[in-house]
Amino acid sequence: MSFFQAVLIAWDTIRVQKLKSFFTVIGVTIGVTFLIAVVSIVGGMGRYMKDDLVGKIIAVNAFNLRSRPNIQIGDVTEDEIREWRRRPRIEVSDVGPVAAALPPEVLWAVESSANLTVESSYAKPRRIECSTVSGTDWFTIKRMDVDKGRLIAPQEYALGSPVVVIGADVADFFFPALDPLGRQLKIQGIPYTVVGVAEKQGSAFGISMDKFVIAPEKAPLNRAVNPHGVIDQMVVQGSSETSMREAMETTRTVMRSRHHLRPSQPDDFALETSDSALEFWNKLQGYLVVAGVALPAIGLVVGAIVIMNIMLVAVSERTREIGIRKSLGARRRDILNQFLVESTTLAVFGAVLGIVLGIGFAKAIAALSPLPAAVEIWSIFVGVGVGGGVGIVAGIYPASRASLLDPIAAMRQET
Amino acid sequence: MSQNTVEAPLGVTAERQIVATETGRAPNSKWVIVTRGIKREYDMGGEVVRALRGVDIVIGRNEYVAIMGPSGSGKSTLMNILGCLDTPNAGEYWLNGQEVSKMTDDALARVRNKEIGFVFQTFNLLPRASALHNVELPLVYAGISADERRRRAKEALEKVQLDHRMDHRPNELSGGQRQRVAIARALVNAPSMLLADEPTGNLDSATSEEIMRVFEGLASTGQTVVMVTHEPDIASHARRVVVLRDGLISTDERREQFISRVGLTGAAH
Repeated sequence: MSFFQAVLIAWDTIRVQKLKSFFTVIGVTIGVTFLIAVVSIVGGMGRYMKDDLVGKIIAVNAFNLRSRPNIQIGDVTEDEIREWRRRPRIEVSDVGPVAAALPPEVLWAVESSANLTVESSYAKPRRIECSTVSGTDWFTIKRMDVDKGRLIAPQEYALGSPVVVIGADVADFFFPALDPLGRQLKIQGIPYTVVGVAEKQGSAFGISMDKFVIAPEKAPLNRAVNPHGVIDQMVVQGSSETSMREAMETTRTVMRSRHHLRPSQPDDFALETSDSALEFWNKLQGYLVVAGVALPAIGLVVGAIVIMNIMLVAVSERTREIGIRKSLGARRRDILNQFLVESTTLAVFGAVLGIVLGIGFAKAIAALSPLPAAVEIWSIFVGVGVGGGVGIVAGIYPASRASLLDPIAAMRQET
Repeated sequence: MSQNTVEAPLGVTAERQIVATETGRAPNSKWVIVTRGIKREYDMGGEVVRALRGVDIVIGRNEYVAIMGPSGSGKSTLMNILGCLDTPNAGEYWLNGQEVSKMTDDALARVRNKEIGFVFQTFNLLPRASALHNVELPLVYAGISADERRRRAKEALEKVQLDHRMDHRPNELSGGQRQRVAIARALVNAPSMLLADEPTGNLDSATSEEIMRVFEGLASTGQTVVMVTHEPDIASHARRVVVLRDGLISTDERREQFISRVGLTGAAH
C-alpha cells in the first residue's frame, strides 16, 4: 500500500470525524499558534530593531565618536560611571584631525543636542530635542529627507543662518493647521525660520521619533546645546561594513594620539556602532525565544498525549476494521503505516491550522499594538516539522498495538 | 480442469487418499486445498482444547464444498486455518501449491490477499466506505493502481448485479446487497478459493436463496467455493458436504448422499 493511499485513508477518517479530529489536534494547534506568533513577534521586533530603530539612532554602517557611550548594555558599575565622568569631552578641535585622516568615501558630520524650550505664536512653549549639525552629510547619513520645503543649504551652514528643519510632530504642534514653511519658531528666545519639515520617522515602541528641531552647527542655537568648543558626537559612515571598520580604527588611532594615551591605557572615548546597540537586543531576544519556544513546547507535549490517547481509542474502536483489513491482506506494516500516517496527518493538519492562526495572531498584534511582527519563513517549516514529529511520536504506540492485533479476535469484536 | 471434475465432485476417492498421505510433497496443481493431519490446540487457561485432531481434506479446483458441523466441532477453527488467518500446531496445509502452514504473518497476509476471497456472516464491510471502495480494498493491499482498482471493482460489482449501488455506503444497502458487495470484494482479486463463513447466517430465507444462487452461479463458472455453515439446507446447495465432529471429519459425501442421509426434502433444486 502506497504512502499516498495511507494519507487518503487518514484524510477520509479526519473528514468523517470533523469535530473529534478538531479536538484531537487542538493541543498541537495551540502549540504551533503560539510558536509562530511568538517567533513572528520576536523576529519582527528584532528586524525592526536592526533595520529601523537602530538604523535611525545610529545609521547603517555608521559609528558615533562620543565621549561616553549613549547606549548602555547590561549593568554599569559605579567605577565605570566614575571613569566616564573623568573622560575629556570631544572637542571641535578633534574634528579636523579625525576628518583629515578618514578616507574620502567616508561621510561624517558633527552633531550636538539638548532639550530646549521651543515656542511659536500658535502654541504654548514646550521642551523639544534640538540639535545642531555640521552639514548636509548628516542628513545623508541619517537618510533623512524633507517632506515639505528643503534641507538646510550649504551657504546656511557656512553662515550659521538661523534656519531649522523640524520633525513632523513639531510642525503639527507648533503650527496647527498651518503651513510651517517660512514661519518663525523661537528656541531659547531666538527666532528661527522653518525651511523644511522632515519625512515622518514613525515611532519606536510607542515613542514618537518626529519630535526634533535641527539647525546648522554655526547657528546661535549651538551656544545653548553645548559649551563652547565641545561637541556631543561625530557621526561617521563608511561606504560598507569594512570601510566602516577601517574608519573606526583610523579614528581610534587619531583620538588616542590626541589624548596621549599609552598602549596599555584603554580608550577614553566611545566608538558606538549599531552592533553595540543590537548586542543588548540580541541578549533579550535570546531569552524571549527560549520562553517563546518553551511555552509552546508544553502545548505540544499535551497535544501529543491527546493524540496518543485518541489514537488508542481509535484503535480499539476500529479493532474490527483492522481485523477486516488484515483478513483482506493488510500486512502489519500496512496497519502500522495507516495509523502512523493518520496520527501524523492529524498533527500536521493541527500544525497547519496553528500556523494560519499564529500568522493571524501576529498580524493582529502588529495591527493593534505598537509591537511589530514579521512572519519568519523558517518558523512555518519548523511548525509543520514539529507537528509531524508529534504525530509520529504520538502514533507509534497505538499503531504498533493495532498492527499486532490478531485478525480472528479483531473481527469477532462487536462494535 | 476437465468438465468431469466440475460435474462429479467426489468425496473420498483413492486418489485423494493418496494425496492426503504424501507428507512433505507439493500436491498436483489440480488440488487447491490439501491438508494433511492438521491439528490445532488452544491453551485455555491451563486446559488444552483440541479443536482439530488431525484433519485430512483435499479439495480440487472448481469444487463447491460445504463444511458442516455442530458448534464445537472445530469448523470455525478449520475455516480460520483454511483462510490463512490461523496456522495449525501440527500437520501440513497446502493452498494452491504453497505450503502455508509454516508461513510468517506477513506471508499469510499476502496469501489471504491473493488466494482467498472471504465472505463473512456479518459481511464485515467498512461502514464508512462506499460499496466501490470496499470492493477496492483487497486491491489496495495488492498494490494495484487506482485506475485499475476502480475498473476491476466495478467489474466485480457488475458480476453481483450491484453496479448501480456502488456509491452507497453499507448502511444504505439491504442485507442481501451487503452480502453481494462482500462477494464482489471476495472476487475482485480473482482468488483461487472463495471462503464463506455462514454467508446466510444474518439473512432471511428469501435473501439466503438469492445469495445461494450467486454462489451457484460462481461455482458453475468454475470458481472454487468452500462454505462453512451449520444449516443443512444451506449446506445442501454445495456439491460436496464435509461434516466435522469433535475435531475430525465424520462424513465426506456428495450432495445427493448428504440429502438422502439427513432426509432433507426439496431444499436443493
